[in-house]
This record gives sequence, C-alpha cells and structure tokens, in this order.
Amino acid sequence: MADQGKVDPMHQFEVQKMFDMFHVGNHEVAFTTSAMWMVIAGLLLWVFMIGGMKRQLVPGRWQVAVEGFTGFISGMMNANIGPEGRKYTPYVFSLFMFILMLNVIGLMPFGLFGLHPFTVTSHFAITGFLAILSFSIVLIVGFWRHGLHFFSLFVPHGTPWWLLWLIPAIELVSFLVRPFSLALRLFVAMTAGHVLMKVFASFIIDGIAAGPAVGLGVGIPSMALMVGISGLELLVAGIQAYVFALLTSLYLNDAINLH
Amino acid sequence: MDVQAASLIGAGLAAIGAGMAAIGVGNVFGSFLESALRNPAAADGQQGRLFIGFAAAELLGLLSFLIAILLYLKAA
Repeated sequence: MADQGKVDPMHQFEVQKMFDMFHVGNHEVAFTTSAMWMVIAGLLLWVFMIGGMKRQLVPGRWQVAVEGFTGFISGMMNANIGPEGRKYTPYVFSLFMFILMLNVIGLMPFGLFGLHPFTVTSHFAITGFLAILSFSIVLIVGFWRHGLHFFSLFVPHGTPWWLLWLIPAIELVSFLVRPFSLALRLFVAMTAGHVLMKVFASFIIDGIAAGPAVGLGVGIPSMALMVGISGLELLVAGIQAYVFALLTSLYLNDAINLH
Repeated sequence: MDVQAASLIGAGLAAIGAGMAAIGVGNVFGSFLESALRNPAAADGQQGRLFIGFAAAELLGLLSFLIAILLYLKAA
C-alpha cells in the first residue's frame, strides 16, 4: 500500500533526535524535535506574558491581548467552580496557553523556511501526560478536601435505592475513562487534521506528476480546499485547547464541590 | 477474504462513524443556535454546556477515526 503513494502522510509525526543528553539505565534520553518545539512554545509564551504584564491603567494593545486570555480563563473558572476555583486558575491557564501555543505553532508554515514543522500535541505521550497531570490534580484535591467522602461522587443525588448496585459502577467507569478521553480527543483531533492536510497536499503533487491537465484539474480544487481546511484547523486548534481547559475545570469542580 | 482486505473494509466501515459524529456535532450546534435565537439573553451563559456537548459528540467520531486509521495502517 505504501509504495503506491509518493507522499507518506504519517512521516510528519516522526520524532527526530537532535542531540544526546544522558542515559537512565538502558533508556536513552535525547533532546528531540518534540522537546525543541516545546521549548520554543514555552519561550514564546514567556515573551508574550512578560510583554503584557505591565499593569498600566490605560492598557496598550499587547496588555489587552494578555488580559483577554487571562480574563477568559478566570471567567470560565469562576462560572464552573465558583470562588473556590481561583486557586486553580494558574494551572488551567498554563495548560490552556501551552496547548494553544503548541497547536498553533504546529500549523505554522515553517516548511517554507526549511524548518521541520511539528505538532507536539499530535503525540499521545504528550497529551496523555497532560491528561494524567489534570486527573491526578483532581484526585489529590478530591481526597485532600473530602477524604473518603470523595467516593460519594459515584452516587449522584436522587439515585433510587434499587439502582444502587448499577449506578456507582457506571459512574466509576465514566470517571476512570476521563484521562483517556481527555488525551485521545486532543491527540486524535490534531493528528486527523494534519493527516488531512498532507493527503490533500499529496493530491496536488501526484496530480502534477500525472501531467499538466490532471495537475490543474486536481490541484486547483485541492489547493482551494486546503486553504479552507487550514482555517478550520486554526479553529480546531483553539477549540481543542479550550475544551481541554474546560473539561479540566469541570473535573476540578467535581473534586471541589462534589455533586 | 484475506486479512488485509478485511482490515481495509473494516477501516472504511469505521469511517462511517466519523460521518455520524458530524451529524451529532451539527445537531449540537444547530440546537444551540435554534434556542439561542429564541432567547439570546440566556445564550452566553450556556456556552460551556455547548462545548461540553460538542466535545462529547466529537470524541466518539474521533474514536471511530482512530479505529479506521489503526486498521488502515495495519493493512498498509
């Protein structure tokens, strides 16, 4: 199958080693392209936040941009958790900005400058780690605040007594599935979008290789679709970051207020 | 039928689920717009619930896409 197509849409997800760092036992720990893009995203975020934290009475454009993001997340936390949620706003804000920055950087056309563009969030290892981080914060906060009473999360209010054998089991499964659904959503959404873009790009390349008539007939509609899909992907990048932050805040709400 | 052909057919069948999720996502946003136009004052307060519904509908489509890709790459 792979020998038919000239473009391999999965090649973009390969993690390449940049230089060696150290060994842990038999495992090699190297600085990879994935790590490089995470460092770049962190630096960009740092510059973005430093530039906007001037606390001027009449804010400039940059400060308005930063305050727009912080206000958006703190408003979301306030609406979903209430005043108790203020403590966890920095975590959710960092999570949101980091995921948003990685998603958007992965969409930028760095290939034009000979760089290897790479979407860090298209790897399950990364999104899985972020999801486990959120999930463990939910667990720690839940048990810390409520002790063993936290298990009442699995028995919603108004459960009829004759369903007590079934509802907690379903609630437990839906609780345990949360980190997987959180990680899978972000990972598959980013992977699917990038595979789609590469498939359309390969249509153009294969069309041109088949001759000028086919190249124009296939290439122009594919190019038009790709422009539209790029816009859609930008929307998806934002929505996925927002959904990750939103669901984290909802899960935190379960841990803080029970339900 | 050999395993490769069966995997490819299965991948195609799994991709139907992605289309079904498209109906679900459209339903979520369509219903939201319909009721938001009836009562625009209450619409902004429901945005969180809108995206929860969107996320739930989308996740199922993405899962079927994942199964399709896994089957396709196994056959390819």
